[in-house]
Amino acid sequence: MKPSPFEYVRPRDLAEALAAIAQDPDDSKILAGGQSLIPMMNFRLARPARLVDVNRVPGLAGLAADGDRVRVGTLTRHHAMERTPLPGPLGDLLRRAAAHVGHLPIRTRGTFGGSIAHCDAASEWCLVARLLDAEMTVRSQARGTRVIPAADFFQAVFTTAMAPDEILTSIALPALDEHYRTGIAEFARRAGDFAIVAATAAVRVEDGLVTEARICLGGVAEVPLRSAAAERVLLGARWSPELVTAAAEAAAADCDPPGDAHGDPAYRRDLVRALIPRALGLDVRR
Amino acid sequence: MSSAIPLRLYVNGDRYEIAVEPRRTLADALREDCGLTGTHLGCEHGVCGACTVLVDGQPVRSCLMFAVQAEDTSVRTVEGLAPDEERLHPVQQAFWENHGLQCGFCTPGFLVLIAGYLEEHPDAEEAELREVLSSNLCRCTGYQNILTSTMCAARAMRGEP
Ligand SMILES: Cc1cc2nc3c(=O)[nH]c(=O)nc-3n(C[C@H](O)[C@H](O)[C@H](O)COP(=O)(O)OP(=O)(O)OC[C@H]3O[C@@H](n4cnc5c(N)ncnc54)[C@H](O)[C@@H]3O)c2cc1C
Ligand code: FES
Ligand code: FES
Repeated sequence: MKPSPFEYVRPRDLAEALAAIAQDPDDSKILAGGQSLIPMMNFRLARPARLVDVNRVPGLAGLAADGDRVRVGTLTRHHAMERTPLPGPLGDLLRRAAAHVGHLPIRTRGTFGGSIAHCDAASEWCLVARLLDAEMTVRSQARGTRVIPAADFFQAVFTTAMAPDEILTSIALPALDEHYRTGIAEFARRAGDFAIVAATAAVRVEDGLVTEARICLGGVAEVPLRSAAAERVLLGARWSPELVTAAAEAAAADCDPPGDAHGDPAYRRDLVRALIPRALGLDVRR
Repeated sequence: MSSAIPLRLYVNGDRYEIAVEPRRTLADALREDCGLTGTHLGCEHGVCGACTVLVDGQPVRSCLMFAVQAEDTSVRTVEGLAPDEERLHPVQQAFWENHGLQCGFCTPGFLVLIAGYLEEHPDAEEAELREVLSSNLCRCTGYQNILTSTMCAARAMRGEP
């Protein structure tokens, strides 16, 4: 349970960090919160020759308004998200999602961007990013800045569209107006565990009608899955608890979850059916 | 490529001049290089919490941080909780009085976690404290006496009877 040797580099700014990773991208890793990378190194599932520790690079943490969006710095800790004063449905969603990420001592170190770069199918932040069609800004020394939409970013388990020499710097989320209802609900065996299934929702309701519907599920596919079936049921319809139940049914019928020791496909489908209404604040345990 | 590099750590107010390889976790540096064996290692992958220490006042898993990352920070371990040789920290006292431990393996992690949290949130309520306690694992007590100890420590730290 000890990591193999590596060279440790602690850049003082982003340019230094980009230069350090560019020297040997395939054998280097960015070290952010370390809450996924260090366990993998302790198990020797990861054996990078060089770690580029970005924890002291200035300007990579915090939330800032950016027109009709909110830009989240990659190094913003889960714990800071849990306490963000951001108002409205987006702030509510971020605070509630953060509280589901591991435990307090994990949240004090782990970062928003680290979760997204790590790309676990049940990660709350990957779900939120896909739910809201976040845009990831990445940089490399060779090719400068590019912006990758969430639909293209998450490719497979632990695999994103980022190249090895790229550093994720910030994530842009839409600032949701007050007509949105947002939420997250998940099921795990123990508090703080990765969810077996998680559901996130952002539904815009104006004058009783659904004008926008976003439902994103975790634990049912290799990457966070937008439920087109549930979104179709919701969009344009009159908002009601029965409508949400119908959307949850559609999502459950439409998804094709994997089975493993934590739950077989039928069980996961049941969880989808139960969790979508809970994510929207409707507890349908009756 | 990976030989020991000099490192200065501040732990419980004391300065330690040590030399570590970058791969040395903070937990191992505390135990092996600083001789502070109060910090325990259970799982070494972030799950059990036995290794919890405070870095700049925040609880962290010291098995999931490299010692070199703690440079220029202030680290507090279970050895640094008691105010002096004679007295225990209120959380230690409460564990003592309420039978908050059995084998004691998980205890340093719980003490540090709870002390850190209560010092920052003296008015924390039970539901919140239960949530905090869920961070760490105990194989012996069934948690009830840990919770009782925590509630008792919270009252003591607020100066209530
Ligand atoms: C006990 C435990 C329970 C947990 N429970 C949950 C949970 O319920 N939900 C959840 O979502 N997570 C959970 N986690 C994981 C935690 O959220 C991690 O913090 C997160 O997955 C990774 O973020 P990090 O900042 O720690 O990244 P690191 O571990 O530092 O890095 C992870 C990966 O991303 C890469 N990376 C990081 N930042 C960048 C960047 N800016 N640019 C390019 N690449 C980058 C690294 O090179 C590495 O490959 C848990 C972890 C533990 C130990
Ligand atoms: S030893 Fe660090 S969490 Fe178990
Ligand atoms: S007292 Fe034995 S593990 Fe907690």
